[in-house]
Amino acid sequence: MMTVAAPTTQKSEKFIVPIGPQHPALKEPGHFEFAVDGEIVTDATVRLGYVHRGIEKGTESRNWAQNLYLLERICGICSHTHAFAYVLGVEQLAEVEAPPRARAIRMVVAELERVHSHFLWLGVGAHEAGFDTLFMYSWRDRETVMDLLESLTGNRVNYSACVLGGVKFDINGEQTKGILEGLDFLEKRTHHYLNVIQQDALFLQRTRGVGVMTQQQARQLGVVGPTARASGVARDLRIDAPGQHYNDFNVNMILETDGDLAARFVVRIRDLFESYRIIREILSNMPEGDLVVKRMPRKIKAGETISRVEAPRGEAFYYIKSNGSEMPERIKVRTPTLCNMASVLTLTVGQHLADVPMILVGIDPCFSCNDRSVTVTQPSGQREHWTWEQVRRFGIEYYQRQGGQ
Amino acid sequence: MTLNVTQEWQGVLDKIKNWARINSPWAIHYNSGSCNGCDIEILATLTPRYDVERFGIKLQGSPRHADVLICTGPVTRQSRDRLLRIYEQMPDPKFVIAVGTCAISGGVFQGCYNVIGHIDEVIPVNMYIPGCPPRPEAIIDGVVKLLTSLQAVPESATA
Repeated sequence: MMTVAAPTTQKSEKFIVPIGPQHPALKEPGHFEFAVDGEIVTDATVRLGYVHRGIEKGTESRNWAQNLYLLERICGICSHTHAFAYVLGVEQLAEVEAPPRARAIRMVVAELERVHSHFLWLGVGAHEAGFDTLFMYSWRDRETVMDLLESLTGNRVNYSACVLGGVKFDINGEQTKGILEGLDFLEKRTHHYLNVIQQDALFLQRTRGVGVMTQQQARQLGVVGPTARASGVARDLRIDAPGQHYNDFNVNMILETDGDLAARFVVRIRDLFESYRIIREILSNMPEGDLVVKRMPRKIKAGETISRVEAPRGEAFYYIKSNGSEMPERIKVRTPTLCNMASVLTLTVGQHLADVPMILVGIDPCFSCNDRSVTVTQPSGQREHWTWEQVRRFGIEYYQRQGGQ
Repeated sequence: MTLNVTQEWQGVLDKIKNWARINSPWAIHYNSGSCNGCDIEILATLTPRYDVERFGIKLQGSPRHADVLICTGPVTRQSRDRLLRIYEQMPDPKFVIAVGTCAISGGVFQGCYNVIGHIDEVIPVNMYIPGCPPRPEAIIDGVVKLLTSLQAVPESATA
């Protein structure tokens, strides 16, 4: 039977699915608009800024020490990264150098934070795929590293480990033993998770070949961190710009070449093994000495500098300018999620709407860092607001239907 | 919901509703400008070690199904309208829990140009849980205290 379609009217039909800014899966607000033609995404936009608080401007009215606590609260997941990058920059400006033991402790906390962040992300990623068992297991195991961080720093989140010119606490023998025991347990569990994400057929259906980003695309979009490394772009600041901190400790580049979601999972899990190895190496070669420099000036010499730290999600970049007073003149922060966000908008085009949650989660977005939500638009400008939960459900049910065929 | 029943029956119905609400409060979570620290702790309360679902508390997506609104962070200019809209969409009776120092006082973000202030400048708050971020135990304690206070209300009303 021949049907005569009316192409003009059909073409003009654009359906927009808006998602967010309130959704239960991602813990932070962000707003996305996906234009869909049937089930295929044809256009994607993001609206950021729901958690924009004006921190950069706020730093200009606080002194150098107060800013440490403000900047740490840019992001609760990678708070140490922000403190780390900030103190690095300020120490460069003040021309002081943190003692070796302080540097080692900073690195231990940074790597423990990477472990906690990757476990957290593995759980959230599994949840988006409808694999809640893995979510619960990975978050249960994550509590191990939270306990370690708490035993070291006294707080589960926002550790406040760095101070200008050093660190706040020491690591004693008992704590070292505790960390090593915790790492042994986590390593065993991580082997299990690597097996699961590489072998579970249902999970692979959601990840293998989805959201493929070629090496060339990754370079063009300027993605950073594990997202870049999953596409075969060797980009890890611990290796590219080790500075005084990572100079003494060798870090291996973890690379995957597939560029799909499965590769992004594998890269992060393999990253965990590397972090375990680094922590063990640091703890067995712990330098002796002071924790803080003798004198840290209240007023920082005039000048400008940049400092970079490899956050769990990629490169965190700080630009710090001082005019010689007690307060900074300008601090500019660029967080990894902002670099990676462009890849979501590019990669979702041409994909099924059902894959959108997974692709978004694949970059490990952090909206408070970056400041997030989703709108789906269908080709007539017709708009439909979806909560994140609806999109997630849609994705899971879509694949259930696919499996049933 | 009010049915056309006698006062006596209305009292019984209220008791049943209250009993149901205390035993399974559904919560909705909104981050109006938080650093994410409180949010991951709220999520941690759902996971096996703390497992808040044993109290019947369920975190779910739609404000229209929610009894309790869990807010984190100071209120930013852009998220203020969203927060109000979520609060208005919730059916009565509704309860608000402000989690974290920022939600209570603005915390470390006081004075930032895009921050309006704390949660109770925008919507009324029933329970405050301090901490930066509060431990999961503290969050559970706050929720349980809120539920306990609910239990006290209808009894005194009927007495």
